Amino acid sequence: MPTLKIDGKEITVEKGTTIIRAAEQLGVEIPHYCYHPGLSIAGNCRMCLVEVEKMPKPQIACHIQCLDGMVVHTQTKSVQKLREHILEFLLVNHPLDCPVCDQAGECRLQDYYMKHGLYDSRLNENKVKKSAKAVPIGPTIMLDSERCILCSRCVRFTDEISKTGEFGIFNRGDHSEIGIYPGRELDNKYSGNVADICPVGALTDRDFRFKCRVWYLAKTESICPGCARGCNITVEANLERPHHANGERIMRLKPRFNGEVNDWWMCDAGRYGYKFIDHDRLLEPLIRNQGTVQTTGWNDIVEEVIKSLKGVLKKSKDELAVLVSPEMTNEELYLAKKLFVKELGLERVLLLRTKADGDQDDLLIRSDKHPNRKGAEWIGFEESKRAIQEVIDQGLKGGLKGLILFGQDLAALYPGRNVEDLLQRLDVSVFVGSNHNLTSEHVQFILPAATYAEKNGTFTNFQGRVQRIREAIPPAGQSKAESEILTLFADHLKLDWSYENEEQIFDSLRRSVPQFQGMNYSKIGREGVPVE
Amino acid sequence: MEKLISRFFKIPNATSLPVYLAEGGYEAAKLALRNRKPEEIEGEVKRSHLRGLGGAGFSCGVKWSFVPRDTGKPIYLVVNADEGEPGTFKDKYILTYVPHLLIEGMIIASYAVGIHKAFIYIRGEYEMPYLKLKEAVGEAYQKGFLGENIFGTKFDLDIVIHRGAGAYICGEETGLLESLEGKKGFPRLKPPFPAVVGLFGCPTVINNVETLSYLPFIVQRGSEWFAKLGTERNGGMRLFSVSGHVKRPGIYELPMGILLRSIIYEHAGGISEDRKLKAVVPGGLSAAVLTADEIDVKMDFDSLKAVGSMGGSGGVIVMDETTSMVDALRVTMQFFAHESCGQCSPCREGTGWIDRILKRIVAGKGRADDVDHLLDIGKYLGGTTICALADGAQMTFLSYLKKFRKEFEDFIRNSSLRANAGWSSGGRPLGLPAPDGRSGTVSEAISGIASAGRLKAPSSQ
Repeated sequence: MPTLKIDGKEITVEKGTTIIRAAEQLGVEIPHYCYHPGLSIAGNCRMCLVEVEKMPKPQIACHIQCLDGMVVHTQTKSVQKLREHILEFLLVNHPLDCPVCDQAGECRLQDYYMKHGLYDSRLNENKVKKSAKAVPIGPTIMLDSERCILCSRCVRFTDEISKTGEFGIFNRGDHSEIGIYPGRELDNKYSGNVADICPVGALTDRDFRFKCRVWYLAKTESICPGCARGCNITVEANLERPHHANGERIMRLKPRFNGEVNDWWMCDAGRYGYKFIDHDRLLEPLIRNQGTVQTTGWNDIVEEVIKSLKGVLKKSKDELAVLVSPEMTNEELYLAKKLFVKELGLERVLLLRTKADGDQDDLLIRSDKHPNRKGAEWIGFEESKRAIQEVIDQGLKGGLKGLILFGQDLAALYPGRNVEDLLQRLDVSVFVGSNHNLTSEHVQFILPAATYAEKNGTFTNFQGRVQRIREAIPPAGQSKAESEILTLFADHLKLDWSYENEEQIFDSLRRSVPQFQGMNYSKIGREGVPVE
Repeated sequence: MEKLISRFFKIPNATSLPVYLAEGGYEAAKLALRNRKPEEIEGEVKRSHLRGLGGAGFSCGVKWSFVPRDTGKPIYLVVNADEGEPGTFKDKYILTYVPHLLIEGMIIASYAVGIHKAFIYIRGEYEMPYLKLKEAVGEAYQKGFLGENIFGTKFDLDIVIHRGAGAYICGEETGLLESLEGKKGFPRLKPPFPAVVGLFGCPTVINNVETLSYLPFIVQRGSEWFAKLGTERNGGMRLFSVSGHVKRPGIYELPMGILLRSIIYEHAGGISEDRKLKAVVPGGLSAAVLTADEIDVKMDFDSLKAVGSMGGSGGVIVMDETTSMVDALRVTMQFFAHESCGQCSPCREGTGWIDRILKRIVAGKGRADDVDHLLDIGKYLGGTTICALADGAQMTFLSYLKKFRKEFEDFIRNSSLRANAGWSSGGRPLGLPAPDGRSGTVSEAISGIASAGRLKAPSSQ
């Protein structure tokens, strides 16, 4: 455990720790471009040069390991001068096109120039012309070679993380350019990450480009709902400029570091899987009556649903099924159980997926495409194919009178079965969900639900880690979070629930479900907590 | 004076094994393998003060001693035959005229360090040397000098020849290793050094052709004799490649401590057409240029370092009074800009930027602040990068500007006067001696190195 001094502050670090990491621990920021904690050390940008006493030349902080008694200086005149000149070199062939560059506002060249540069240009020469100007190199990424500073982060990412190896550096000297090997394109399951790690505007995200200036983005920490991994993300929304991007509110998702879950990365399916939030939404409560659809208010529809449910329940509890989903938060599942099982005494409150299983790999992607199956299991919902089959069979035979769906598109999940026919046979069919689908076209009651980006709550990932989602934007139209909808039902049933927010629901959840014991929202915090 | 390596250059057909054997070839290797312990040889080489003659000048024996012997991994020998330093063509002579001397040196080095697999990374442009070397390696295998049980001992050694593809940077030892591994020739971050983590992640000795070729002499005649040939801590002799404006350009094998003046005026016959000397690059293009007043310097590594230059690869480039230093520097920096691998920002952008400024100046569009500006850029070019390419570029660049500052300023002033007078701007500065019918004198000297692939009859004596 070497002890060293950085800018006069003493610190003891693990053997093998690099200077840049030790400095980070001390809160000393050493500027850098090529260094990325998730990638191998390239040491090529030279921006992190610092002075180390007894070493003849300035040393790169990203590579040099701390030794006992080392004395490091990161703020001396000469280090500052070095940074200024490294920046000058980096900008020799970099265009001054910030006003039309989509990276502006989150560009390391801009940021460091303001912090460490601020010199007057001495450049009287023409810049080297690079070959790729706004060239799509795959479905997700656009390449602008003239803006590239050749830090090689993208090359290392595709070599070391996605292990797909599309990127290379071609040519030599100041004619060097990054690019994709001939006959290939950047098309892998993690391609979007290269835009995140590109410190400049060389690699930009084709989905995000020119939709919104980054300084208009409101950023909210959340969890990707795309699979059981639960990658930590930041939801970036544009609420200030509603006329941009056809009124879409969510502009992009970005991965957020969590060493226990997703490191610095997220997959493309998750990254670009946000479109449903601003498209094809169910925006108001609807009642469908013999072919006509009528909008209504929340109180009216809840009254109507309860009236119909009571009619069914009067005859038999066996003829009403509720299908909850592993896309619901722990809080919602807890309330659903409380309402349907405890209060109404239903026996058939079953868990049913909303999506088919998909691909899985060794990096992040899980075949289970739901964010909260583990939480559902803890709360007492286990998905049983047989039980669901029985419900459908019973329905098709006319033996089912009521069905409440939480987002499942039965018609899509069971394409071979005549779900339309089933829904028609029911006395009462309720769809609680956020988006239009085949099933929602045939149910009697539509209760529009908020998406994960519009509500608070927790998901439990496949590792048993409980993580928080947060409301990034208000619910679209009149949609409400399922927890609110369920509470509304309880109100109309004159049940004495007094939940004011998700945190209170969680507090009562942790008292009744042992796995959640000892957890609370502030403990879960930004990074989540694992089950003990 | 007795010649060691270059003696063979004069012997007809020394490239063939029978002739080499008749001249006492492979006796040293036999002696080493049969009668010496590996550690004895290492000690002997250390005491001989044999320095790395590829350019770095690091003690050969000390370099060997850094190699860990107990990692369980194989140790490799890599011969750097990527002779690319402009002004240097000594290894080409060894490879072409006496390749068995290198092979013999390799056997000795491998035995000393415990190596059983060696690679020769040879410059791609060296077609003839490659063919000669390949033939020699084949002969050595046939005779049982390579392969298993060499000279009837239990020692095995295999040699693989690998041809480079033309990048200067692949002569930098870790760039070479990357290239040898099939990757782009990007120099590696150090530490770890190749002695510990080298080729394919294994401990590796990298030695220059000439360095290895002196080993047979050291084994046969002892370290004391060799060390005494040179100066303190700079053992033996070395092959100086002399080019440029001298009467007898060529390879001269001379003791380490020889004076630069003696190389130019005695051995190479003085300046061509008896003009005046203007400047000399003493150790390949990366070495700081010396003025005519600075040639009373010993040509060993330490003495040259003391005067702010370096021994480097032993490439002596002589420039006479007709040379435009502006033009010479332009050609020099064009070389470094062209050969920078492009990894580190200062080198990639700095060499290219300087190159473009110099081209503008030569085109007659210099600005009054250019020299100060160039000096300032130059300050940050070296000492900040992964490998030494930028350090070399910086050393030579700043030496031209500082030692010939007035010439640069005059050139810029004159060309701007000329431009103001409406004259077309030409490459040659006013106020300098007429080029005497010769043009691009230094470009010629340097591109002469590029054409060094064409072998002339060796003019060593």
